[in-house]
Amino acid sequence: MPAIKIEKLDKTYPGDPPVQALEKVDLDVQAGEFVALLGPSGCGKSTLLNLVAGFEQNSSGSLRVDGKEVGKPGPDRGVVFQEAALFPWLTVWENVIFGPKTQGLAAAGYEDRAHDMLRIVGLSDFKNHLPVQLSGGMRQRVGIARILTLGSQVLLMDEPFGALDAQTRLSMQELLLSVWQQLKPTIVFVTHDIDEALFLADTVYVMSARPGRIQARMTVPLSRPRSIEDTTSESFNAMKREILRQIRH
Amino acid sequence: MKRLKKILFGLAVPFAVLMIWQIVGSRENMAGIVPTPLAVLAGWRGWVFGTPGLGLNPYQGTWFSNVQYSAMRVGQGFALAALLGIPLGLMIGWSKLVSQLFDPLVQSLRPIPITAWLPFSIALFGIRDIGSIFLIFLGGFYAIVVNATQGARDVERNLVRAALMMGATRSQLLRRVVLPSAMPSIFTGMRIGLGISWTAVIVSEMVAVKSGLGYVLWDAYYVGRMDIVLADMVSIGAMGYISDRLIVFIERRVLRWRILQNH
Repeated sequence: MPAIKIEKLDKTYPGDPPVQALEKVDLDVQAGEFVALLGPSGCGKSTLLNLVAGFEQNSSGSLRVDGKEVGKPGPDRGVVFQEAALFPWLTVWENVIFGPKTQGLAAAGYEDRAHDMLRIVGLSDFKNHLPVQLSGGMRQRVGIARILTLGSQVLLMDEPFGALDAQTRLSMQELLLSVWQQLKPTIVFVTHDIDEALFLADTVYVMSARPGRIQARMTVPLSRPRSIEDTTSESFNAMKREILRQIRH
Repeated sequence: MKRLKKILFGLAVPFAVLMIWQIVGSRENMAGIVPTPLAVLAGWRGWVFGTPGLGLNPYQGTWFSNVQYSAMRVGQGFALAALLGIPLGLMIGWSKLVSQLFDPLVQSLRPIPITAWLPFSIALFGIRDIGSIFLIFLGGFYAIVVNATQGARDVERNLVRAALMMGATRSQLLRRVVLPSAMPSIFTGMRIGLGISWTAVIVSEMVAVKSGLGYVLWDAYYVGRMDIVLADMVSIGAMGYISDRLIVFIERRVLRWRILQNH
């Protein structure tokens, strides 16, 4: 059974005239798969992610995560937001344990895990810092540690590295790949950056705009683990050419 | 050196004003209308440190107790305003139902100046403390409600989504996300509200009770003690300033994250 199963999904925003954001989207994501949704702005890729997260409701079609129809947002689907969306009044540590603490779990049950996750993202020495005292990249790492502590099996990432400088973005991509190799969550990663999609994902879905549709599904042939050198290989460039052709289509 | 210069420059104009006041006030035809700064100081000293109950001066040594009366009323009325205003404001900003129920009432009563409530308040409560506290409460209440409402409405959408994603219930969302997000607005509302509360205490003490800085102000005017009137005005200003600083002091502690953010 796929981790995420999307069938004939439509999303229309009411209005005059109504805006159709997504049309007949079909998508299967296997457990542990790394999927990238790639497309220009306005193609509905963020809308699709918001539907899976439960932040918005679909107009028709079906959307199942682990066999259950998606209703409300929940800890099974962790979201990493574009601007991290950390609580600015809480320290890094308090942000990371917000989920389990809010759910009323016993501290013994999540504190070790939270320490581990902060170590994995390299922020063990920043537990008592406030988000405003961190750089953009570090804030995103807190955002990642937070949903890993939450124990989400599905990670939904909405252009999480889009606002970072090129160097920080690369190190964040490598960090994300290493986290994924260690914990094997299912990841749906929204981006408009072709290189990013190809470097990270097993499968890239190319979307087109107005109405948002899946235009092509492509399997990335690069072997794992990947390194930055792979992004200059012949097969990488061939895929990139193909996607460019699809987008300009 | 730079600091000293800044302080000297800041004191120059007020000092000049005091000097002119002293000179003009010393002219014979001004006597009894505008007492000189030195006369105000002398009157004030008697008001603060004099022995009460002696002679024909009813104000001797009553300053502390009058300040205390006014401060207590402001404290009580303002505390009540914050206690009711903050939760109500948050709920109006957060819940459509509460907004539909209460916002029209708040918005339609808000334009009535607190001074217009005076006769009604006296009729309702009589010449007693509670009438004054009621007016102070009203003075602080609207500013606090309106700002708390705005704060709750301005909560960042992604913070709400993040909390829901992590399993927060609606009431947890209100306490752990909406309340702290709205805190800067709430403090703004409290500072504005406190200023209005001080206006309310003076007005109400002039009419509705027989003690406090507002009562002394009006009483001293009636018996022609302009030195006490002016000393009283300065006292009110000082109390307003001190209580505002107190809120700013608390705000700096509570909103450390916010202060760091703005630097």
